Amino acid sequence: MEDNKKDKNTNRRNFLKLGLMSSVTAIAGTSLVSSLASEEEASGHSHPAEKMRLLTTDGTIVEVDAKNINKYPEAHITADESRKGIPNKHFVMVIDLARCKNARKCVEGCQKAHKLDTNEEFMKVQLMQDNEEASPYWLPKPCMHCDQPPCVTVCPTGATFKREDGIVLIDNDRCIGCKFCVTSCPYSARQFNWGHKDKFDDKSQPYSPETSIPAAEGTVMKCDFCPDMLRQGKLPHCASSCPMGVIYFGDKNEDIVTNGDETVRFSELIKERGGYRHLEHLGTKPNVYYLPAVDRQFPLERGFNVDEEIMDRYKDVPYIKDLKKQGKL
Amino acid sequence: MILNNRHKELVKEFSPMLESTSKLAKIWMGFLVAVLLVGFYAFIVQVSQGHGVTGMRDNVVWGVFIINFIFFVGISYSGAFIGGVLHFIDAPWKHSVTRIIEIITVLSLIVGPIFILLCIGRLDRLHYLFMYPRIQSPITWDIIAIMTDLVGCFIYLYLTFIPDLAILRDSDDLKIAPWRKKLYTFLAIGYQDTDEQRARLHKITKTMSAMIIALAIVAYTVLAWIFSLTLQPGWNSSIFAPYFIIAGLYSGMGIIIICMYLVRRIFKLENYLKTIHFTVAGFVLLVLSMLFGYFTFSEYFARWFSHKTHDQALLDTLFTRYFWEFIFANYIGVLVPFGILFFKKFRNIKSITIAAVIAVVGLWVNRYLMVVPTLETPYLPIQDTREAFVHYSATWVEYALSFAGIALFCLLFTVIVKFVPVIPISGIIDSEKKTTTTTNDQ
Repeated sequence: MEDNKKDKNTNRRNFLKLGLMSSVTAIAGTSLVSSLASEEEASGHSHPAEKMRLLTTDGTIVEVDAKNINKYPEAHITADESRKGIPNKHFVMVIDLARCKNARKCVEGCQKAHKLDTNEEFMKVQLMQDNEEASPYWLPKPCMHCDQPPCVTVCPTGATFKREDGIVLIDNDRCIGCKFCVTSCPYSARQFNWGHKDKFDDKSQPYSPETSIPAAEGTVMKCDFCPDMLRQGKLPHCASSCPMGVIYFGDKNEDIVTNGDETVRFSELIKERGGYRHLEHLGTKPNVYYLPAVDRQFPLERGFNVDEEIMDRYKDVPYIKDLKKQGKL
Repeated sequence: MILNNRHKELVKEFSPMLESTSKLAKIWMGFLVAVLLVGFYAFIVQVSQGHGVTGMRDNVVWGVFIINFIFFVGISYSGAFIGGVLHFIDAPWKHSVTRIIEIITVLSLIVGPIFILLCIGRLDRLHYLFMYPRIQSPITWDIIAIMTDLVGCFIYLYLTFIPDLAILRDSDDLKIAPWRKKLYTFLAIGYQDTDEQRARLHKITKTMSAMIIALAIVAYTVLAWIFSLTLQPGWNSSIFAPYFIIAGLYSGMGIIIICMYLVRRIFKLENYLKTIHFTVAGFVLLVLSMLFGYFTFSEYFARWFSHKTHDQALLDTLFTRYFWEFIFANYIGVLVPFGILFFKKFRNIKSITIAAVIAVVGLWVNRYLMVVPTLETPYLPIQDTREAFVHYSATWVEYALSFAGIALFCLLFTVIVKFVPVIPISGIIDSEKKTTTTTNDQ
C-alpha cells in the first residue's frame, strides 16, 4: 500500500479499487477469495478445476475450493456482514458546489440503482440561498453519514447503525417504523415507505442493507453510500453519474478522494478550497463535505433547465421569487 | 365482613347505578360502540393500505396520533399525581373524587399508548423492541417508564377497589347476576375489614400512592425527552420536561372537572360532588393556568427574542399559517380559564366546567402546534411540490381513530362505574367515622 501511494499519478481508480479489495481481505477468507476471484475471472485466468490458486495482496498464494468463491458484484452481503463495514476505511464525500448545475444526473443514477420511484430521492438537489443578499446555489444533498448520528442514537431496535467504515445504514428487516430517526435527522435525509408497492415484492435480488433493495413497506430508507459498489472498488452511483465531476468520494484514512476523473488528497482539497460541513454547529460530524460555490463553472440559471414540476419546488427561494416578480422566469 | 346499617344504606343508595342499565345508558353505550367500530374500520384500512391513508408524510412523520398519545398520557400522569397527592391530604371531601381520578388515570394510560401503536409502521415487528432493545434510545426509556407506570397505576386502582368489592360481595340485597357476585368475591381476595387487614391495606396504598407520583413524573419526563433530546428547533428545549408536566397537569385537572360534572349530572350525585369540589378543583386549575401560561410564554419568548434563523422560521409559520390556532391555544386556552377562575363571582360549577373544557381543548391544540409546525420547518427547507409532503392535514382515518380513542375512554369509564360505585363507599364511611370521632373528642 505504501508503494501504491508513492506513484499516485498512475491510474488512481485502480489504486482505490485495490485499496478497497485489500480491506476486504481482513473481513474473512471467503470475502477475500471472492473479491480476488472476480478479478481473475474478469481477466480470463479462472481455472476450470475444482481448486483455485489465488494471490493475496500480501503476496502469498492460497488454494481454495472454487465452489467457495463468491462472485462480486453478485455476492450477497447479509445483514450481519453489513453491520461490520469495510475494515480500515473511513468513507467521505466531497461535493464541489462550484461545479453543480442541477443536471440531476446524480439523482437519476441513484434512483435507477436503488429502484426508486420518481419522487423518491435519496439524493436531493436543493436550491439554497443563505440570506436575501447571498448568491443562491445548488446543493446536492445525500445522507451525511454523520460520525455522531442522531438517527442511530434514537433507534429503539438498532435497525439503523453506524459501521466501522463510517457508513450509516438501515436494516429494513429490523426496522419497526417508529420514525423517530426521521424526526431526529436535521438533514431530512430519511424517507418512509408509506404504503405497499409492487417493487417491494421483487425478491429476485435478496435484500441486503448494503443495497437497500428491495425496500419494505412501513420502514425507513435513505442514501446508503452504495457499499455494494465500494466493495467492488467503484464509486457510488451519484458520483459516477455526475457529468460535471461534482461529487468526490474516497477514504479519509488514506486521505484520498476521486470523482472518477481526477484524484486528489482529501485534506488538501478541504484546506485549499475552504471545505465545510453542513450545520456544523449541531455537532453531528457529517462525513459529507462541501466546497463553497465560488468561481462557478456555470451560472445558476443553467440549472433551471429541468421539468416544470422540479422547478416549482424552488418557488419559495427569495431569488426565484425576485425573478418571477421581474417577469424573468 | 359484617355490614352495618350505614353500609347497607350506601349500597342501597348506589344500587341503581350498579343493578340496572337505563335506556339512555344503553343508547349511549351503543353510540360509543358504533364510534369504536368506525375506528376499527379505519384501523383495518390503515393496516391494509398502509400509512399512506393518513395525512403523515416524509416531513411530518408524526401527526394527530402522537398528539393524542401525549395528551392521554398527560391526563393519566396528572391523574396519578393529583390522586397520589390527595391520598396524603386529610380532607373529608376528597373521598368523593378519588375514585373518579383513579379511573381516569388508568383509562387514559390504556388509551394513550394505543395511539403510539397506530403510529408504528410495522406493528408485526413490535416484539423487536424486546428482542433487540437499545437502551440508548429514549423510546426504550419511554416503553419501560410507561409499562411500569401502567402496572403501578393498575395496582393502585385495584387496591382502592378492594374494600368496596368486599362490601359489594357481602351485600345480599344487591340484585345482580351471580357471576358478578362471584367476581366480587374473587377480586375482594378475602378482605374482611379486620383491623389488621385495614392497617395493611392502608400501608400498601400509601406506599403505592407515593410511588405512582414518582412514576408519573418519570414517565412524563421521558415522554418530553422524546422531543427535547432531538435537534429540532421547536423541540430542543431544556424546559420541555417541566413544561410537559405542567401541561399534563393542566389538561388532567380539566378532564377531572369535566368528568366530575358529568358524573354529578348523570348519576345525580349532588350530595357527594358538591360546590366545594369544583371550587377547589377550579382553584387548582387557576394556579395551573398561570403556570402553564408562564411556561408557554418562556418557551416562545426565548425563541422570539434570540431569533435564531431556524427558530424564527418556526415562529413565522406559527404566526402566519397557524395564527388562529396559536391564538386559541396560547391566549384563549390560558387567559379565558384564568379570567373565569380568577373572579369569585364566576366560580360556580357551570362556569368552572366551561373553563375546564376550554383549557382541555386549548391544550390539545397547543400540543398540535408543538408537533406539526416544528416538523413542517426542518433545518433544510422542504422543497417539494406535493402539497401533502409540505403541509400536514389529518385525514378521516386519523380523526376516526382519535374519536374511537375518546369513545374507548368513555365506554370503559361507563362500564367501570357500572361495576364499582363511582363514589367509594368505604371512603365515605371512613371519613364519617373520622368526623364522629373528632366530634366525640371535643
